Amino acid sequence: MTSNTTVSKCLTGRKDKQVESFWSSIFKQFRKNKLAVVSFYVLLVIILACIFVPIFSPYTMEQTNMQEKSLPPSAAHWFGTDDIGRDLFTRLFVGGRISLGISLAVVALECVIGILLGTLAGYYGGFVDGLIMRIADIFLCFPFLIICITIVSIFSSGPVTLIVTLAVLSWPSIARIVRAQILSLRELEYMEACEALGISDSRRMFRHLLPNVMAYVIVYATLGIAGTILTETSLSFLGMGIRFPIPTWGNLIQAARNPAVLDKYWWYWVPSGVAIFLTVMCWNIIGDALRDAVDPKMKR
Amino acid sequence: MSDTATKHEVLLRVDDLVKHFPIRGGLFKQVKSHVRAVDHVSFEIERGKVLGIVGESGCGKTTLGRTVLRLTPRTAGKVFFKDKDIFEQGKGNLLKLRTKMQIIFQDPYSSLNPRLPVNEIIGEALVQHGMVKNKSEMMDRVIDIIEKCGLFPEQACRYPHQFSGGQRQRICIARALVLNPEFVVCDETVSALDVSIQSQIINLLKEMQEHLGLTYLFISHDLSVVRFISDQVGVMYLGELVEYGEKNQIFNTPRHPYTEALLSAAPTFDFAELRTRKRIILKGDIPSPVNPPSGCRFHTRCPFAQELCSIESPEDIEVEPGHRVRCHMASGKISASGH
Ligand SMILES: Nc1ncnc2c1ncn2[C@@H]1O[C@H](COP(=O)(O)OP(=O)(O)OP(=O)(O)O)[C@@H](O)[C@H]1O
Ligand SMILES: [Mg+2]
Repeated sequence: MTSNTTVSKCLTGRKDKQVESFWSSIFKQFRKNKLAVVSFYVLLVIILACIFVPIFSPYTMEQTNMQEKSLPPSAAHWFGTDDIGRDLFTRLFVGGRISLGISLAVVALECVIGILLGTLAGYYGGFVDGLIMRIADIFLCFPFLIICITIVSIFSSGPVTLIVTLAVLSWPSIARIVRAQILSLRELEYMEACEALGISDSRRMFRHLLPNVMAYVIVYATLGIAGTILTETSLSFLGMGIRFPIPTWGNLIQAARNPAVLDKYWWYWVPSGVAIFLTVMCWNIIGDALRDAVDPKMKR
Repeated sequence: MSDTATKHEVLLRVDDLVKHFPIRGGLFKQVKSHVRAVDHVSFEIERGKVLGIVGESGCGKTTLGRTVLRLTPRTAGKVFFKDKDIFEQGKGNLLKLRTKMQIIFQDPYSSLNPRLPVNEIIGEALVQHGMVKNKSEMMDRVIDIIEKCGLFPEQACRYPHQFSGGQRQRICIARALVLNPEFVVCDETVSALDVSIQSQIINLLKEMQEHLGLTYLFISHDLSVVRFISDQVGVMYLGELVEYGEKNQIFNTPRHPYTEALLSAAPTFDFAELRTRKRIILKGDIPSPVNPPSGCRFHTRCPFAQELCSIESPEDIEVEPGHRVRCHMASGKISASGH
């Protein structure tokens, strides 16, 4: 049969230029934004540091040393030590692991819930749509921080509670985006062709519609990570996030609540402040650039 | 091709089909009125024949085609495909029927999903209906059909954006024909294409129809295309089928003033025809299908309209075998000269 050779030709051809279409044009567009490219590399460095610094550091995050407490930055302790002599450089990146990890997990979970419910609402419309979107409206009405604090103080404040709480509180926005896109895509003739061909609902939703909304989801998720880092930080700062002694960026910067620390021990809180600032900035710039690349019409 | 036994098998029978779209408005989105997109349309298509549907924009051609395939619910009436009422079929039966009835759309851009490669666009229904056992068998079928439709095997893994409009329409045709359907609705399949490509696609459709013994409901506003491809022709006006008959009956001896107007507006290169035919210029615009005129819907624009036309709606009269007209002149209730 000729087809076997054709299939293989197809599959090899696929790699070099066939898939180019949509994603590669987004990528090209993205690369034109120099600031976004720089942000991407900065973020990469931060992420790599969060992964590798705790591995290679001679200190651990819990290791105290009363002889070396509250030391300013030095060759031995690059970002100094805290009031019980823990190495702040190590703690900063362990904190980064937790803060970034939690944010990624929250956004991932939020996307799964939001995509699923948004797709169902947009695809089926009618009663299903009404029900899901009313529930979404209710969730959007909640005063976010207050509910977070309530839930976290009722249950324990472990990472799982935190992740689930944040994700469950923030899926409605992504569900709305997905639903709106699906509503407009649903009317296109290729979806009608699916109906005429007898393609199943699940395939229509997940193979035909979803790939067309993924770009928007990715944009939202990127911006969402920045937002979640800030939320996690605020919660930790309020003492409602991950509890001591586990460091997070929020827990570290919380040291600045003490006026004496704010005044005299700047190395307790400046590095984590800078890390939060840089990371959030980078995610936001990347998200903005992706949005412009995905949909030039959305550009302000 | 077809012998006399199969010749008279009615493949599709549309019986008094009505499709109204509700218009909602006001505070509670209540139904305010209806768009009468398709109103009491009846016709039959025999196996292996092509019924051309012509009419102005907005007269309900697309809606008719979609309703006939049950892509949208009907308001009233029946559609029989091989003596089965398609609106009475359960989910499973309908799914089986889907493989027998296909549609090719007007816009080759919006009718192909940009995120799927061509082999998947064409082959997914084969997999869905269990018509192929595995991926390589699917690929064989896909390559077979795209070659028949004038594309190359190596194009099978490309994405729609890598094709021109005419090629995309070939993909759409391949997608519809890969399931071996018996009946295909072609909804203005060539209108969106360049004139030079139109004839290629028309020829492809005609070739496929003859080879595979397909039955078409061929929707178009281009009379020359309809004349080329059809066996029967139906003329629609504001949701009604105002005239229906064999191609020659419609083109040579049209009985409805609207058909005459359409024919006289179409360009022709036949000088004998040019000399003999009377030109009918229609007054005014097509009225809204939300509030169609009383009586005969065409009376507001008809050059022969009389009082009766605005009061009484004309019945469907068979003026000669297989030739039906909705006009008071055809039924003899009024005469053209009486004006
Ligand atoms: N989904 C819908 N909801 C409400 N009204 C509709 C809908 N689809 C079509 N209509 C109306 O029904 C009428 C017939 O539309 P249809 O698309 O069938 O016309 P058409 O003959 O195919 O026109 P064209 O030649 O422009 O394609 C139009 O007045 C249109 O506005
Ligand atoms: Mg149309």
